[in-house]
Amino acid sequence: MSSPSRWEIFRRTVMGRAYPRVVGMQRERSWLFFDTLLPLLQVSAFVFIYRAIQAPPEFTGFVVLGGAMTAYWLNVLWSMAAQFYWEKETGNLELYIIAPTSLMAILLGMAIGGMVGTTVRAAAVITLGLLIFRIEVSIVSVPQLLGVFLLTLLALYGLGMLFSSLFLLYGRQASHLSNLLQEPVFLVSGFYFPVRALGFIPALGASVIPITLGLDAMRQLLFPTMMAQFRFLDVRIELGALAVLSIGFLWLARRALSYMEALSRREGRLTIRGQ
Amino acid sequence: MSMELAIKTEQLSRVYKVKKREAGAGKREIIALDRVDLEIPTGELFGLLGPNGAGKTTLIKILTTLLAPTGGRAWVAGVDVAQNPWEVRRHINVVSGGESSGYGLLTVEENLWMFSQFYGIDGKTARTRIGELLGIVGLADRAKTKIFHLSTGMRQKMNFVRGFLTNPEILFLDEPTLGLDVQTSHTLRGFIKDWVGKRPDKTVLLTTHYMHEADELCHRVAIMHDGRILACDTPGNLKKRLQQEVVFRLRVTAIADPEKLFQDLQGVQRFSHAEVDGHTELNFILEDENALPPILTAIQHSHGELISLEKRDSTLEDVFISLVGRGLTEGDGSAGAAQGEPR
Repeated sequence: MSSPSRWEIFRRTVMGRAYPRVVGMQRERSWLFFDTLLPLLQVSAFVFIYRAIQAPPEFTGFVVLGGAMTAYWLNVLWSMAAQFYWEKETGNLELYIIAPTSLMAILLGMAIGGMVGTTVRAAAVITLGLLIFRIEVSIVSVPQLLGVFLLTLLALYGLGMLFSSLFLLYGRQASHLSNLLQEPVFLVSGFYFPVRALGFIPALGASVIPITLGLDAMRQLLFPTMMAQFRFLDVRIELGALAVLSIGFLWLARRALSYMEALSRREGRLTIRGQ
Repeated sequence: MSMELAIKTEQLSRVYKVKKREAGAGKREIIALDRVDLEIPTGELFGLLGPNGAGKTTLIKILTTLLAPTGGRAWVAGVDVAQNPWEVRRHINVVSGGESSGYGLLTVEENLWMFSQFYGIDGKTARTRIGELLGIVGLADRAKTKIFHLSTGMRQKMNFVRGFLTNPEILFLDEPTLGLDVQTSHTLRGFIKDWVGKRPDKTVLLTTHYMHEADELCHRVAIMHDGRILACDTPGNLKKRLQQEVVFRLRVTAIADPEKLFQDLQGVQRFSHAEVDGHTELNFILEDENALPPILTAIQHSHGELISLEKRDSTLEDVFISLVGRGLTEGDGSAGAAQGEPR
């Protein structure tokens, strides 16, 4: 039997590693409560604040969209970036390393599995939010909306893959990075308000997190009238920037993984547990 | 290197740097592997014997591309492990004792399928092999069980299947029966023996600190201590080294300070002791039987009572004691015993 090509191994690895995430979601139904109803509670808090101050109804839509996108950010932080820490603890990481596959394929599998699972959760939050708060949207362009959404996910998970390389070398210390990034990004990326409210320069700085541009563009495409006065950048510019971020993060992730793997092998950190 | 060699190392070394605040008494480096030379031909079941900290796992980590050497070179399947790790990985697999790999929400066969995908094995072949191997290790009836429901032994059987599933040319087994019950260990040892016996193109490197496991399975055994290989030969030849000496095992009521008691006795080449079921078990390698009476007298003087005395054939444990000066499980925290000084 001839040995499989690198591409064949890559393709099968992606499928193999995506499988536990997709199947795991079906087998652990507790997500219905924890990942749908709990985020909705947080969203509701902002909705009631906006309603109390008599903000325009579109702001409810801004919040629901932001609330749905939090699922992706949390997934990227804890199930992509920090995942190698857990894989190291269980011994899976060394089995990934000794297999003739690439860590990029493993991470891509995790990302695809994570995206599928998280999209179901995000869709549930959006659907419930739209129904409960009776939000009206007027979609400007479906292809653009789809393009922004997909590029946001690509760039976001590329960033997660880049972060994950840190966990090859560091363990628990690197998880502080995830903690550090969680709440501040909710603020600077404008999860619950248009990011332009922070000012142009801070919003520009926050654009290194792809969800900043993604949220702004999606709001413009779903709530065009209200966003006309709050938009940060033109949608086409944001699409271009997301494409650049996607390619950049994926390229950097590949380089960083290769470098960190070699460094960790030299320092003997690939298999150290409990660090 | 010759292509007939599955594994070769030349002066292979690994030194760990210790952080200043973690280093004790000025010790800034730990030599885990010290200029190891090894040649393992294809088709051999080779054993590495040594206590915890001997360097066995470090050696395996280097050979499986998980760790870079700090000195020397190593080849696996003719490929330099430092220069071309990806190519090495096409030829190998590893099973470690106490592994907890896999995902609890997946079933046994789903986990195994997932790992097979990392080697590019097509679905049909993977499913066939998984079925066959689960049957061999007696886990077929658990194929649909989620792995968080498995016992330790069952989980280790699954790990075995994972290792053999990819049909590797060279398989590394790192303490594979650690913590398993007698029956499971026996099943897995039988499986390893059978696998290598029927496939002359396969090579197994086994590390263990169970002497009988190495004795039963291995064509050749290397005894490691403090990162170095002290001896390397067939188990039979290693034991023949002690043919001139006499080996006694004594069981006595608990006695205090055995080292002090026996260290100056004439004719005692080496000894080890361990507490077993509230008694002291003493293993002596003596120059000849004339050395025994002074030992019995010393026991009597220390108010110990002889429970049993057995003259026995030498074992790999005795070989280890003669080379290292203490028993395999002594001094690594796994037995409450100390060592007799080599003379």
